[in-house]
Amino acid sequence: MTSPLEQKKIRITGPSVVTANRTWDGIVIYRTARQDWSAKLSDAAIVRTSDEARALLAESVADDVGAVGAYIAPVEIKESGKIKPGNLREHIRLQGVTIDLPVPA
Amino acid sequence: MYAYDELDRTLINERVEEFRDQVKRRLSGELTEDEFKMLRLQNGVYLQLHAYMFRIAIPYGTLSSAQLRRLAHVARRYDRGYGHFTTRQNIQFNWIKLAELPDALGDLAEVGIHAMQTSGNNTRNVTSDQWAGVAPGEIEDPRIWSELLRQYTTLHPEFSFLPRKFKFAITASPHDRAAIKIHDIGLRLHRNAEGETGFEVLVGGGLGRTPFIAKTIKPFVHGHDLLSYVEAILRVYNQYGRRDNIYKARIKILVHELGIEKFAREVEDEWQQMRDSDTALTLDDAMIEDIRSRFSYPAYEKLPHLPEELKKAAADPLFERWRKNSVFTHKVQGYAIVTLSLKPIGGPPGDATADQMDALADLADKYSFGEIRVGHEQNLVLPHVARRDLPALWAALDKIGLATPNVNLVSDIIACPGLDYCSLANARSIPIAQELTRRFANHDTADLIGRLHVNISGCINACGHHHVGHIGILGVEKNGEEFYQITIGGRADENAELGALIGPAVPYGDVADVVEDIVEAYLALRARPDELFVDTVKRLGVEPFRERVYATR
Amino acid sequence: MPLVKNGKIAGDEFVHLADDAGIPGDGAVLLSSARFLGDPETLSRRAGKTGVIWPNNRDLDDVVPYLDRLAVVALVFPSFRDGRAYSQARLLRERYNYRGELRATGQVLRDQFLFMIRAGFDAFDVKKPADAEAFANTVKRYSVFYQPTGDGRMTALHRRMMLRHSESANP
Repeated sequence: MTSPLEQKKIRITGPSVVTANRTWDGIVIYRTARQDWSAKLSDAAIVRTSDEARALLAESVADDVGAVGAYIAPVEIKESGKIKPGNLREHIRLQGVTIDLPVPA
Repeated sequence: MYAYDELDRTLINERVEEFRDQVKRRLSGELTEDEFKMLRLQNGVYLQLHAYMFRIAIPYGTLSSAQLRRLAHVARRYDRGYGHFTTRQNIQFNWIKLAELPDALGDLAEVGIHAMQTSGNNTRNVTSDQWAGVAPGEIEDPRIWSELLRQYTTLHPEFSFLPRKFKFAITASPHDRAAIKIHDIGLRLHRNAEGETGFEVLVGGGLGRTPFIAKTIKPFVHGHDLLSYVEAILRVYNQYGRRDNIYKARIKILVHELGIEKFAREVEDEWQQMRDSDTALTLDDAMIEDIRSRFSYPAYEKLPHLPEELKKAAADPLFERWRKNSVFTHKVQGYAIVTLSLKPIGGPPGDATADQMDALADLADKYSFGEIRVGHEQNLVLPHVARRDLPALWAALDKIGLATPNVNLVSDIIACPGLDYCSLANARSIPIAQELTRRFANHDTADLIGRLHVNISGCINACGHHHVGHIGILGVEKNGEEFYQITIGGRADENAELGALIGPAVPYGDVADVVEDIVEAYLALRARPDELFVDTVKRLGVEPFRERVYATR
Repeated sequence: MPLVKNGKIAGDEFVHLADDAGIPGDGAVLLSSARFLGDPETLSRRAGKTGVIWPNNRDLDDVVPYLDRLAVVALVFPSFRDGRAYSQARLLRERYNYRGELRATGQVLRDQFLFMIRAGFDAFDVKKPADAEAFANTVKRYSVFYQPTGDGRMTALHRRMMLRHSESANP
């Protein structure tokens, strides 16, 4: 979970997505294949090579008004084809905190 | 409590309007994120894992009941109904929307609350002793000086773009509850031989990747010279602090690289030149008196130390347990300082719900002259409670879950938000804290163990102050798994010291067991029941604890 | 990049000379510090206004002897996050009594204008035209200032002192 904000070289080791936060309200979003963003991981464009990742990230970062802090995050693709977060950090970003909130949501 | 006057309020409102304009320009695209980031940080707005996080300043940890109610309002209206009190006496909200922030700030400004400089490379909240003004043996109220410093550092044109963040803390008591030795500038208020008020000035404390205990740069700076001397330090830092590497940019690195003597000479040199050319920053008694006059103090009654109510309540063992744990001696007879634990068993440390905040505001009005304090241990304080009111207060606190009798004990854990919230984190901290409170839920056991500060940080930025925990826990990442390094023997007070590593990092599932092993070793090894954990470690070193923990690992 | 002087967008009479360009006998020129320090006595006495661009990571000692002969000192913000020029500006104005034009160059953005003015800058090489146009309004954002600089604005502390004196004089 080394902060991906410190990513310098872009080199992916498996299927990945580009994720960010929506500028006006901060919610977690994923870059789709249609040049926009979705809050659903299932809508995310999957990249499998470092070149693809770089290209998708560059396109995402260009949307400076809509999204903040874009970076490349690993995913896991189940046999069923379902996309799941690829590490604990991304799991937490998608599902929320791993503890009970003091006031139930 | 300090009463903001029209000038203070005008400044806050002007800042809110400026930020409103900056947010508008960000959302329209006129400002890029790169340009906006520093501006939002200067107003305490971070981007975290799930959302923006909003850090609000609670200057030197003092709040009025009206202000606490307004924080509850912000929690409900703009967030998810709760807030988190931090290790710098501030409060954080984790789910705030950028677009709504100017309105939230406007609501806060109405009661004199702001978020200026709670983040960014500038001078942050001036923190102090949460018992300021009421602690026995205090020389004088350090908050007067904290307020002078707060004003001096707010929107300072020369020092708003420092190499890195800059933190102040002030203490005025022999026992340092403000942790001044781990701050960029630490100030110890005392009187010289002539009876004049002044400060021992320490610089270069700080935790993080390269922790340092602050060093004394000048044993006595007269109160009148406080601001000019601080300006000299800041100017030297602004010009010579490193800007090429964010991990080497704090003043502690500059002090370390130059050496304290050379650094002190640079500052002295700058300070002398400053005083030669103008005296604008020199304070006089009238200015200090003006700030002091806007601090109001309660009209204490003449009350007995042992009133009837207290005598009767002594029969209740639950009340007595709480009183012995959470109630502290006040400088005025008949009154008490009450610490409210925000560390319920099984709960996340340092959080309070909006309902709790509202209820507490009412209790503060009824029992504490409308005043609440926030401590860096992430607990709250009611600083002016009449001892005759303690039983009634306890009953009310117990109803709202603010009477856990674990203050300063092993389950009174200080923890950063960690990977559940924070984008800088490597590992989670809150579930570790929760499990530890469950392991030590038995208050008799916790009492038996005695004073023991556990500090947990989810990454090396050390917001949980793990380096100076009696037991320090640092989250790291190994092959995608959460691991934790354990240190022991740290202290944050006037005998500040960094903890020592006991051995290799242990996995998430083992941390609570390891802490139990350490505690068991302490109980077996302590010289007397009242030898504190941290003193046993000092006496025996790390070895016996390391053996115990790693014997079977 | 529009130049703002006296609160308005203005033309720049100064030519920024490259280090290998010939220096005209008269006319207003801006020289790099290296160029200027190559022959400061002569250059500071040339007919025509002379200005120097001083880097933000260099002490002012070497330019101080020539301040009263310089028409412009330009300081640099390589990034708007790099605040060293604020200290340089204050020292030039408040310690060395520099009275010529003090120009902010580099990443000069709207949200730093008031800090710059308070530090002693009076000319701004503004990065964005929209910011230059907003200059006059931007500097009106604040009416309360807590700390003294050389800009002459009265601090809140002093305003309170004055209020007290007038109250006690007119109870």
